[in-house]
Amino acid sequence: MPSITLVEGINLALARAMADDPRVVVLGEDVGVNGGVFRATAGLQQRFGAARVADTPLAEGLIAGMAVGMAAEGLRPVAEIQFAGFAYATIDQMLNHAGRLRHRTQGRLTCPMVLRTPCGAGIRAPEHHSESPEAMFAHIPGIRVVYPSSPARAYGLLLAAIADPDPVVFLEPSRLYRRFKEEVEDEGVPLPLDQAFVLREGTDVTLVAWGAMVQEALEAAEELAAEGLFAEVIDVATLKPLDIDTILASVRKTGRCVVVSEASRTCSFASEVSANVSELALLALLAPVERVTAWDTVTPMARLEQKYMPDARRIVAAARKVLQYQ
Amino acid sequence: MTVVARFEIRYTQYLDHEGRGVGPLPSFAKDAGNLVPDYRAMVLMRALDAKAVAMQRTGQIGTYASTLGKEAIDAGAGAVLARDDVVLPSYRESGIFMLRGVAPHRVMLYWGGDERGNVFPESPRDFPFNVPIGTQMPHAAGVAYAMKLRGERRAALALCGDGATSKGDFYEAINAAGAWRLPMVVLVVNNQYAISVPRRMQSAAQTLAQKGVAAGIECEQIDGNDVIAVRDVLGRALERARSGGGPTLVEALTYRLSDHTTADDASRYRSAEELAAQWKLEPVLRLRSWLAANGAWSQPQEQALQREVAAHVQQTVKAYLDTPALEAAQMFRHLYARLPRVYAWQLAAVAEQEPERHAEHHAG
Repeated sequence: MPSITLVEGINLALARAMADDPRVVVLGEDVGVNGGVFRATAGLQQRFGAARVADTPLAEGLIAGMAVGMAAEGLRPVAEIQFAGFAYATIDQMLNHAGRLRHRTQGRLTCPMVLRTPCGAGIRAPEHHSESPEAMFAHIPGIRVVYPSSPARAYGLLLAAIADPDPVVFLEPSRLYRRFKEEVEDEGVPLPLDQAFVLREGTDVTLVAWGAMVQEALEAAEELAAEGLFAEVIDVATLKPLDIDTILASVRKTGRCVVVSEASRTCSFASEVSANVSELALLALLAPVERVTAWDTVTPMARLEQKYMPDARRIVAAARKVLQYQ
Repeated sequence: MTVVARFEIRYTQYLDHEGRGVGPLPSFAKDAGNLVPDYRAMVLMRALDAKAVAMQRTGQIGTYASTLGKEAIDAGAGAVLARDDVVLPSYRESGIFMLRGVAPHRVMLYWGGDERGNVFPESPRDFPFNVPIGTQMPHAAGVAYAMKLRGERRAALALCGDGATSKGDFYEAINAAGAWRLPMVVLVVNNQYAISVPRRMQSAAQTLAQKGVAAGIECEQIDGNDVIAVRDVLGRALERARSGGGPTLVEALTYRLSDHTTADDASRYRSAEELAAQWKLEPVLRLRSWLAANGAWSQPQEQALQREVAAHVQQTVKAYLDTPALEAAQMFRHLYARLPRVYAWQLAAVAEQEPERHAEHHAG
């Protein structure tokens, strides 16, 4: 089985979907000849032609809006927004159109599109290249928000997102694009959407994370294990709709929960997870749910980004806090 | 200094405001009888529009955007669209859908606050009414891209108002249409006002048509109150698009004879004199005068048409009023292809407010 990086998993899934379904088209800035600034679409234009792997004019709202039109007219567009900071321009289209086309036409027109964008900080990129907009997208009714955290999950979840009959915002942790490899068999097998993954079983505390923070949570669990504290680590994977059942089952076992978000704290997706756990598992909780998030500041430029993002050290501290709670 | 580019914008008008021909007519108008269906459609549009305004005043529908004054644009566009072209409207294009075969009570349903007003069984690929300004323009580029990719002889017709030409969505879409030579036609319905803001305050450009110059696409201006000009220019633009000749921007000059919507009072921002002057240019009487002068329309025909239209309006209102109420559960039914499990309790909660329909939902 070949061992590949996360960005190679994205590339492999795109190639597989395009080979299997002639309706799949890729569009975005620099996705063609250049193969994408992160190389996620490398080789696709050579293989599938410029009509199916289209370099667009430089306009993010257009890219999302065109994808809506393409999807309604029977294609399966996979649009790339070059960096998450530029994805805010697509919210008008995702909210007013992609997420509501099915409802507002009572099922007559649908919007099976995927909007991919690299996400998150930690790669020393320029300003506006390191944002974490997942909560903004997760607030939009009628769409899915998917955020893989490993090469295999990137491959399987992207295949599922492309095949899904509804719009999917697919966030890719750029920090993990080349951080580690995983064995991935290119057999076109999707992973289930709307489902969280329990990556590590434990009995003492539940760590809930998504995207690049999953690696920090796994590292934290490793550190805690050295002290004889066993953390269960859940990769949420699909933020919307949220698989709260998997999280609740874990919290009912451990009684303690730490939710990690790379985005700033107020109205973060961690707040949503925390509220659900507090409402639905109050009597199982032995301590208040703890959120570990970025600060309520602007996403800083590269020199301060390591001080902005949560890391394993802060997750361990939060886990200790909930474990000490009497 | 060297001039590297020049442009000119053609303006087309065949009938002046009194319905007299100005110059040679296009071949389809050589026989005036060919324009009778357009006239009949325009009269029906105006009657349905007047009824919708009256229904808003009596609380039978909600806020409504009148089509008064733009009947020639809707009738002309409807006449030259092919069955499998795709229309991407703004919210003021209900007349076109009448010609697409959509039952007109759907328009009342839409403005009556019911999503079933966007269900067009007779014209299933057309886009729904679009209230956010200009956001349908990128959709049209996507639709046209799909048509071109599949090598189809079809075109996307996107309509917007003069105000929408100030938006990025508009520029982005016409720019993309030009870059890819998409089978797309943009019809700017310049009715001179974006609610209260007059055309001259939207842009310093002499014409809105010339915005297409910067996008590298064909562009021209027409008298939008002259149905012959609409059919001629728009028909050729659509045919050019279908046959691989690329996109066109058509600016149709008209005037919003109504308030912006029933929630607006245009007398706050424009004079009675201005409105009276514009009534002299309106499209319905103009066409009728021309048809009559060319022996294609008579007083008895007019009387018969008025009776027919009154009956049609009555049937439309009945179809609207007879439409069964929406179930609350309908909010969830078309949210996703299959409702995610995590929302099941919300559906159950909203359905419980209507216990007798709850069972029906689970059965269906």
